[in-house]
Amino acid sequence: MTEAVTAPVRPQFASVADVRERLGRVGYLTDDAIATTVFLADRLGKPLLVEGPAGVGKTELSKSVAAATGAEMLRLQCYEGLDEARALYEWNYKKQLLRIQAAGDAAWDETHDDIFSEEFLLSRPLLSAIRRDDATVLLIDEVDKADVEVEGLLLEVLSDFQVTIPELGTITASRRPFVVLTSNASRELSEALKRRCLYLHLDYPTAEREKAIVLSRVPQVPEQLAEQVVRTVRALRAMELKKAPSISETIDWATTLLALGIDTLDEESVVTTLGVVLKHVSDQVRAVNELNLS
Amino acid sequence: MNPSAGGLLGRQLEFVAALRRAGLAVSSAETVDATRALLAVDLMDRGSVKAAYAASLCKRPQHRRSFDTLFDLYFPARVGDGSDRAAEEAAGLGEDGDGEIDPKALRELLRQALLDGDTDLLERLARLAVTGLGRADGQPGRQSWFTYRVMRQLNPDTLLAGLLAEMLGDEERGGFAEKVARSTIAERMRQFEEAVESEVRRRLAEDRGADAIAKNVVKPLSEQVDFLRASRDDLANLRRTVYPLARRLATRLTARKKVEERGRLDFRKTVRASLGTGGVPLQTLHKPKKPHKPELVVLCDVSGSVSSFAHFTLMLTSALREQFAKVRAFAFIDTVDEVTRFFDPGSDLAGSMARVVREADLVWYDGHSDYGHSFEVFAERYPDAITPKTSLLVLGDGRNNYRATGSAALKDLTARARHSYWLNPEPRHQWGTGDSATHQYVDLVDEMVECRNVEQLTAFVTTLLPG
Repeated sequence: MTEAVTAPVRPQFASVADVRERLGRVGYLTDDAIATTVFLADRLGKPLLVEGPAGVGKTELSKSVAAATGAEMLRLQCYEGLDEARALYEWNYKKQLLRIQAAGDAAWDETHDDIFSEEFLLSRPLLSAIRRDDATVLLIDEVDKADVEVEGLLLEVLSDFQVTIPELGTITASRRPFVVLTSNASRELSEALKRRCLYLHLDYPTAEREKAIVLSRVPQVPEQLAEQVVRTVRALRAMELKKAPSISETIDWATTLLALGIDTLDEESVVTTLGVVLKHVSDQVRAVNELNLS
Repeated sequence: MNPSAGGLLGRQLEFVAALRRAGLAVSSAETVDATRALLAVDLMDRGSVKAAYAASLCKRPQHRRSFDTLFDLYFPARVGDGSDRAAEEAAGLGEDGDGEIDPKALRELLRQALLDGDTDLLERLARLAVTGLGRADGQPGRQSWFTYRVMRQLNPDTLLAGLLAEMLGDEERGGFAEKVARSTIAERMRQFEEAVESEVRRRLAEDRGADAIAKNVVKPLSEQVDFLRASRDDLANLRRTVYPLARRLATRLTARKKVEERGRLDFRKTVRASLGTGGVPLQTLHKPKKPHKPELVVLCDVSGSVSSFAHFTLMLTSALREQFAKVRAFAFIDTVDEVTRFFDPGSDLAGSMARVVREADLVWYDGHSDYGHSFEVFAERYPDAITPKTSLLVLGDGRNNYRATGSAALKDLTARARHSYWLNPEPRHQWGTGDSATHQYVDLVDEMVECRNVEQLTAFVTTLLPG
């Protein structure tokens, strides 16, 4: 169980209110669920798995936590084919080759010990995060894109916060990094991984919060327009679309309208700027039909 | 555990038991985590307690609804009429002299709340309305609360016209502005109705105990919904689950027997391995060969008897089609037609389904399922569809209206295909009963599986071994 772990937890946040206030200061508006879950992940030292549709601010959340706590953020972007050598560590074989050639006639044992030392180790994000002494936020982005084997690797690293390198021995974290895993839920992650994490489902926000987010991200936008944009986006989300617009698209839309000098959303301005919100032609056609735009 | 938390712990255990009954797989480690989380947050803050439980116990979005309902039952926000009644009266919320609630005043407040989108007020009104209007005396000494009593007396739908007029002001009717306003109002009304429902549940739970209510209110999870009985909402939920599955299904069906066949030389790996032999590359290492392009033929029954299932099969087909170019889809009722063209990547699913029904040539004689004729026509008209590289996937209930089964044609098809599978939406014990020709087909395909819900589909996809 987690008690056996040696890596100490050093909480950065004093309370849920503290999370809310400090994330708010770096421009991330939280709600109850987000603030509490971030607080708990920090307090209990457990990895935080954030799932939800694209563009609702999953990656942004970990960046904001890093900014709010003054921690450095390390990022491991997952993709199909990601392996241990890219995620954890690998040996710098080019340099090792040079070393072997330079050794000439020197005894093999000596050379062997030498080429498997710190100097020849290439540290990848997971190992780097564990070796750091300062506050660290480790973002493991889009875990669902990686193969199932990577989940096994993550399980091992994230449950003990230690890594064993056969040639060097076991490296244990001197302080636990704040770990955020994100997933678009394109496939179901393993139960084992989920069990070890705290879970946060980020969905489209409530109308009020979304408006607040738009106003904070695009401060020059008139409140009236922000309200209209949010309402329209919500109406779009209620349709059967391939890709429903997310918060980032709402923000982009508000920015676009502002740049074009449009201060009220009418049929014409919606039709001309719809491409900012809907990225599939079939979705646009459907929206135009259902909203009586044509 | 600190003894003063005994009551809370007891409640938590009941809550976890209810979650498990509702189909959430909560492990004991997670229960321990939940307790730890609970001790870290402010217990007086209900929002935090809920978030703490959600973070440690509910790890799938499709379980969230059950979780919310059960949380409200086991950790209600208030007891009885609620302690903030005084405050509501002070705010002048729809109560006349003798303590009875006046539906008219309440309606007016509701109208205002719907117009402003004031979520707090909507929730408070829901509580007030249930207390005042939703009660009916049942058996002696018992009280019942009903959502329909509240909704009938308040009748929020009739507020729509007024709200629309007010929200639109002098903007033009019938256009885009009206659509958006309608959608906004509908969303708020739904919020109100949900608040009323949850309040009714809370009142009932107070009377009968949370466990009794919990048993009835939690709907089956989307992965357990029967395809043959799925409602519109269920289908929308299913869609979200089916897409990722389709991808896996297609990869499994088409995976190569020998994945380890040699690909191109992997230079990095080879050189790294050579270090063990002093830099001499004794062994060459290769990249895995690229998986070959999938070839999949889907043959699905879209007749009326399986219309919900047909909806699902078309959904699955569309998902498969979207990810793999070499998927050909055929639909049949009593004759067969290729429907691949309706599912071009980028086309709209709802539209595609409508077009299949409207445009594809699926009826030859009377519009009742005829598997035999369909198989024969398929074999005759599309002889090139099935090659030794193809996997054939048949979707249907095998209810053939006592017609000729066409087993010879199917046998020939499956013999030519590399794999053949049949997904049947009927429970296994009904196979072969009545007009079901399942028994004639079951031995012709590699495997026929019962596939009534997403759970079974997942099981099928995961156990399906390439080879």
